[in-house]
Amino acid sequence: MKITIKESDYKKILEHALKERPNEACGLIGGNDEDDVRVIKEVYLLTNIDHTNEHFSIDPREQLSAIKDMRSKGYKPLGNWHSHPESPSRPSEEDKRLANDSSASYLILSLEKEDEPVLNAFHVEGPDGERTVRKEDLEIV
Amino acid sequence: MIITVAGEKKEFEDGLSVSKLIEIEQVETPQYVTVSVNEEFIDQEDFETYILMDNDEVEFLYFMGGGR
Repeated sequence: MKITIKESDYKKILEHALKERPNEACGLIGGNDEDDVRVIKEVYLLTNIDHTNEHFSIDPREQLSAIKDMRSKGYKPLGNWHSHPESPSRPSEEDKRLANDSSASYLILSLEKEDEPVLNAFHVEGPDGERTVRKEDLEIV
Repeated sequence: MIITVAGEKKEFEDGLSVSKLIEIEQVETPQYVTVSVNEEFIDQEDFETYILMDNDEVEFLYFMGGGR
């Protein structure tokens, strides 16, 4: 599936992820599926309640508020985003294990190379232990 | 009774527990789902005994986390 994110929203999560280093940063994405394109209309910068560079867990209260905000704007929850401050933009084993929503897009922003941030989107499905990952066609527009 | 599930109003029989609603709604991987009723989070151990009431608003939130 093709998925788009506005350049302003990309910059928003990049700036937040840089500010949160060395910890992982995270949030949600909301928008709509339009024909065959998943359109991210809004990104949410939420609290990583783990506060570490090795894990992230999104604050469930902020998650609930974000979902209600999406709904009020006519958007639906499309998935989440998080940063990898020191590793590549691909789902780790833990990312795969905790990717429990097969309808979600999972965006991973790598800050491994300081001057070359990399953002990719992934689809994860299958039972725990047998997860398959497919890279989505992400375009910054 | 009417219950709003993930923003959508639906009709259910009285006496519906959270765990039964999870079953009816075919929630994927329920062990990783947090449930809120009227913006209050319900402990997983109470899913069986928590009985929903008319006009309750229920949200299913997938645990969102990961690691490097």
